[in-house]
Amino acid sequence: MGERPGLAGLSLRQLRYENKIFWRTPIAAFFTIFFPLMFLLLFSALFGDEVIEIPGRETFSVAQFYAPALAAFAAGSATYTNLGVQTAFARDQGILKRFRGAPLPSSAFMIGKISSGIWIAFLASALMLAVGAVFYDVSIEPKRLPAALITFLLGAGCFAGLGMALGALAPTGEGSPAIANATYLPLAFASDVFIAIGEPPVWLKVIGDVFPLKHFVNAFQDAFNPLTDDLAFRPTDWAVMAAWGVFGALIAWRFFAWQPRESGPSAKRPGRQRAD
Amino acid sequence: MSAIEVRGLVKHYGEVRAVDGVDLTIEAGEVFALLGPNGAGKTTTVEILEGHRDRDAGEVGVLGFDPADENREFRERIGIVLQSTSIIPELSVREIIDLFGAMYPKPRRTAEVIEIVGLTEKADARIKTLSGGQVRRVDLALGIVGDPDLIFLDEPTTGFDPSARRNSWSLIQNLRSLGKTILLTTHYMDEAQNLADRVAVIAGGVIVAQGTPDTLGGRAIGAARVTFRKPDDAADLPEPFRVEADRDGLISVQVDNPTTALHQLTEWAVRRGIDLERLAVTRPSLEDVYLAITQEADGG
Repeated sequence: MGERPGLAGLSLRQLRYENKIFWRTPIAAFFTIFFPLMFLLLFSALFGDEVIEIPGRETFSVAQFYAPALAAFAAGSATYTNLGVQTAFARDQGILKRFRGAPLPSSAFMIGKISSGIWIAFLASALMLAVGAVFYDVSIEPKRLPAALITFLLGAGCFAGLGMALGALAPTGEGSPAIANATYLPLAFASDVFIAIGEPPVWLKVIGDVFPLKHFVNAFQDAFNPLTDDLAFRPTDWAVMAAWGVFGALIAWRFFAWQPRESGPSAKRPGRQRAD
Repeated sequence: MSAIEVRGLVKHYGEVRAVDGVDLTIEAGEVFALLGPNGAGKTTTVEILEGHRDRDAGEVGVLGFDPADENREFRERIGIVLQSTSIIPELSVREIIDLFGAMYPKPRRTAEVIEIVGLTEKADARIKTLSGGQVRRVDLALGIVGDPDLIFLDEPTTGFDPSARRNSWSLIQNLRSLGKTILLTTHYMDEAQNLADRVAVIAGGVIVAQGTPDTLGGRAIGAARVTFRKPDDAADLPEPFRVEADRDGLISVQVDNPTTALHQLTEWAVRRGIDLERLAVTRPSLEDVYLAITQEADGG
């Protein structure tokens, strides 16, 4: 009898497997990594010449504000949309069932999946900020890096939890991208991702305040904000993100299914009598 | 200890009694085939034994475990070859076997598994580029990579061409010779005949017959069919054979006591110096027996 493989090794394998699948699914890689980047290029083309002058200090491009906002947006989509859609499809196709029939602890599966989502979110955000830094002079003060990192991890973790909830609740794999986009994109408009609305209508402000994306965007922007000089710790925003992350994880834990739904495309219908 | 012990297994879906009191005992080292029409309860039964579905009632022991408990050791000791489930299309054959093999304490080597299922040339091909039959062989590979004691094969050769099917049969026979217990479901009677030590027929959620492939439903005893070309002078043929010949000139009669009937016939022919052309005694095939049993169970 050989050694039973350990949780850490199995989780790492699952992480590498999930990453491999992501990069081999061009449409997911495109929408997660390059689609948000297109917004950065687009906004820069539109507002490229605008700079913010601070008396007595250097000037900043507007990219200093929307590159972090788009980085948070990309991180949310890399976790929420990707994990939700992938999970729902994998369930419908019976891939989750296949894992279920093997001696893979569910914890290793979940750790692999969620850490893969956070890793890809990190790459998407880092690429956004790197392009911002190289082409649009985006910069961050070193003393604010800890706050940026905490915000990022809480934000990506929060949307990973919500992504797993989406994957658990989506009735079909095919329907899941529509649900993901119909929830995430409108929320992005209410969450200062694309345009910071000076005086939003109350309902829009309430939506933004209730859901976690605006807190993620604002807290992350804050770490890059040249107009302030603190450490950019944002406990309230962090708490909201953490609460939503826990809520998502609880929903996922309650409704997660390894088996294809009976109405799913590849599902068998055990109740059906005499198909012949 | 038996590999599988099932008593009074029940699973209902609303009004539908998919499994309605199944009893089953499968001994270690046995190849057991579960036969039955679509919707008879085959897959539901097997999925309960695999731990993929829960049951409404009944006792189930698989390798001494209750599959309803989430037990890692149980999953280490079984191999599941799923029916009509897709495999992660973006991975190569080698990658997916590596991934799953790493979950077991004593996996077979990936290269060995690939060779066993005959996919060496496709080892680095992505799953999505494989043909249906090749994908089924990957399925089979995933079922054996953990070197399990008990293997569930749900319609393992559906969609195979005849030579691929023969190859799978010899693979299954190999597994048997290694002492593995195999529970097989199939639509193909020749498959059950060739592979199974014992078969059971499930219909309407209950086991309606079980035995060896040769004795199922009283197949080894009782009625047989005697066929021969009607001789030119057949006026005083023994009683049971005094019937009209068919279009090909053949007399074909089902007799309840073939030994006696055949003796009467051949004695008659020898006495007259007649060589009976195309003389044959045939037992009902497993398929004949299966169809009779399932039609009966269906109330037909």
